[in-house]
Amino acid sequence: MGSTSAHDSNEGLGRRDLIKRSAALGLITVPAMGFLSACASSSDDSPKEKASGGPKTAKNPLGVNESAGLDVVIFDGGFGTKYATDANAVYEKAFPKAKINFHKTQKIQSELQPKFNGGTPPDLIDNSGAEQMDMGVLVGKSQLTDLTPLLDAPSIDDPSKKVRDTLRPGIVEMGQFDGDQCWIFYYAYTVYGVWYSQTALDKLDAKYPETWDEMLALCEKAKKQGIAGWTYPGKYPYYLPFSLYPFIAKIGGREVLDAIDNLEPKAWEHPAVKAAFEAYYELFKKGYILQGTPGMTHIQSQTAWTKGQALFIPNGSWVENEAAPTTPKDFKMMVGAPSSLDGNDKMPFGTIWASGGEPFIVPAKAKNPTGGMEQLRIMLSEASSKNFTTQVKSLSAFNGGTDGLALSTALQSGVDALKKAGTNVVNPRLQDWYVKLQKEQIGVAGLGEMMAGRATPAETIKKIQGYADKAAQDQNIKHYKHKK
Amino acid sequence: MQHGKYRFIVGFLVLPLALYSLFVIWPFVQSIYYSFTDWTGLSPDFKMVGFDNYKRMFDDDIFWKSLQHSLLFVLLLPLVTLGLALFFAFMLNVGGRRRKGAAITGVRGSGFYKIAYFFPQVLSIAIVALLFQFAYNPNNGVINSALKGVGLGSVQPNWLGDPDLALYCVMAVLVWSTVGFFVVLFSAGMASIPRDFYEAALLDGASRFTTFFRITLPLLWDTVQSGWVYMGILALGAEAFASVQIMTVGPGGPDYSTTVLPLYVYQSAFRDGQAGYATTIGVALLVVTLLFAAVVMRLGRRERLEFS
Repeated sequence: MGSTSAHDSNEGLGRRDLIKRSAALGLITVPAMGFLSACASSSDDSPKEKASGGPKTAKNPLGVNESAGLDVVIFDGGFGTKYATDANAVYEKAFPKAKINFHKTQKIQSELQPKFNGGTPPDLIDNSGAEQMDMGVLVGKSQLTDLTPLLDAPSIDDPSKKVRDTLRPGIVEMGQFDGDQCWIFYYAYTVYGVWYSQTALDKLDAKYPETWDEMLALCEKAKKQGIAGWTYPGKYPYYLPFSLYPFIAKIGGREVLDAIDNLEPKAWEHPAVKAAFEAYYELFKKGYILQGTPGMTHIQSQTAWTKGQALFIPNGSWVENEAAPTTPKDFKMMVGAPSSLDGNDKMPFGTIWASGGEPFIVPAKAKNPTGGMEQLRIMLSEASSKNFTTQVKSLSAFNGGTDGLALSTALQSGVDALKKAGTNVVNPRLQDWYVKLQKEQIGVAGLGEMMAGRATPAETIKKIQGYADKAAQDQNIKHYKHKK
Repeated sequence: MQHGKYRFIVGFLVLPLALYSLFVIWPFVQSIYYSFTDWTGLSPDFKMVGFDNYKRMFDDDIFWKSLQHSLLFVLLLPLVTLGLALFFAFMLNVGGRRRKGAAITGVRGSGFYKIAYFFPQVLSIAIVALLFQFAYNPNNGVINSALKGVGLGSVQPNWLGDPDLALYCVMAVLVWSTVGFFVVLFSAGMASIPRDFYEAALLDGASRFTTFFRITLPLLWDTVQSGWVYMGILALGAEAFASVQIMTVGPGGPDYSTTVLPLYVYQSAFRDGQAGYATTIGVALLVVTLLFAAVVMRLGRRERLEFS
């Protein structure tokens, strides 16, 4: 004992002194380090050398520098990345001197956020998945390239047609925020609605219910056989809007959804919203919702659905791929538009929600932004689009590209639904403009509670209106409006 | 000799201190700095906004809810986990009936139990959370199926889908996954308590209950205290975040019934693109952590018992 405690000042440095002094030393070190190391956020953002443009020719309308490298980052999710690497091969064939640096990841945010902060982002990004970067913020902070040159460039298949004229409805609008610039290109095309199995309906001797009364009658019939009418991902109740929003539009007209998107006061108090909420709430009250639904993930509810425990599920067209492992061969997956509430509905049966998915962006500080756009132009050729549809069972932004392909029932029903809808395609924007409001507040705290029977439609509307008003007043959120 | 002393010590400490400052202290300083800015986290330009973030935080219902849940975690989790672990460890080491040869033994099969309890510890929290996500599935999860199996088909809670149960469901998972570690830790502690103490107590006719509170617990107090700190870190940090993020509705729901501070930090920074505000919540979390550490240090200051 005693060797570590100082009784005699001559004996050596005591333990206490040592701790005190090293603490003091630590305090000095802290500010000193401040000078040595730079902030994580404030790295030098002087623009790097951009690739100079090449001459614009008929074959190269965007004027890509033929020898500049191209940095592509693709989200490696449900769609895989083969469709993108196939397009890379086309690019490299067109510009043999260019070298493509291809990278695939699921961690878009973790990997790319530091590059944005450091001013060295890649040239083309598929900003998708759970780690999607907030595009409202990216646009607000001028981090993206305007894609208008791409939209106005001649398309690959028909040089007399601009790229903009070869796209499905809503794609260009979805990429716009305030002005006419298009910041984001949604490459996939998603059809949202009420998904069902034709086989399951056949067993009940029924067809897809075109009116809400038929819907209720069918659910009752199913209930008697021990089958639930509906299920939904109770853990992510923001799937409910996939069929609920077009239902609202169908009852009250497109303007109701626009008012909601614009965060107008009392937008949610519109009678159409109330009618739609009450119709859905009735599903709960009459016991048509599968037992346990409020505790299920998307996979769990989809599995219950493919097993035939429930007839209907609100979902998007990715469900075909996602549920494939549990889907029986004779399932005949189909999508239906929301049923009509009654004869006074403002929009016809067939009104459906369809919009772009897989948002591609070209960063403003990219070295070779024209290369990024050219790559998108290549992906929008009929051949690439067909390749995409064949590989990932999803439609692309390219309008067409399904002729001659053997489509699954789900994909075919999506194409048919779009045909039937014609111009009655609605495109609510809450989920890309106000993610928190849509998912956490309207979805989980509002609709989730209502469909679990813990809140009435009236209470839910009041609650959601409160959230929307708060979002409208919140100066930390960037606000957007539909164009008139 | 005497004047080379400081240079000698500084020479030893300079590297670890520099590393500690760079990777621990400096990020703290930076976070506090960012909490006074409107940094989005997605672009390098931002400006100072004074105490705006703090004002906003004090008016934010969700912040208060997260704080409340985090405090509940930090109070309840250590209590339940350490309590259970102490009980199990006691039963495994000294709680057994008297058998031939040894006066003090654990219950029958204690060697097996030790391994079984420790087993969850080798699984990462992400896997544990996923496992329980399946177990809690109200439709055909293990728990509700078991309830049905024993004739309780009418009792089929929604577990994570029920705002009254969800938070406790998450806590139960954390207890399950950590209790084994403390059983082993406390067992090791108990092994160093001399047998004669127990034997003396037995001769005096002390019950197991008395033995535990009069002998085991006081002699194990140091270990319990470090366990308390460890559990506190877990309840405020990554484990609480991961289990809520992976398992719960939303995540953080239903209706904000499971949101915790680290989750709110993450959502503000990475979903809402408001890194400045997120660091403000992070500073609040830092304050809570420091308070917790201070309380534990104060409560734990007890006469140290020596037994040899």
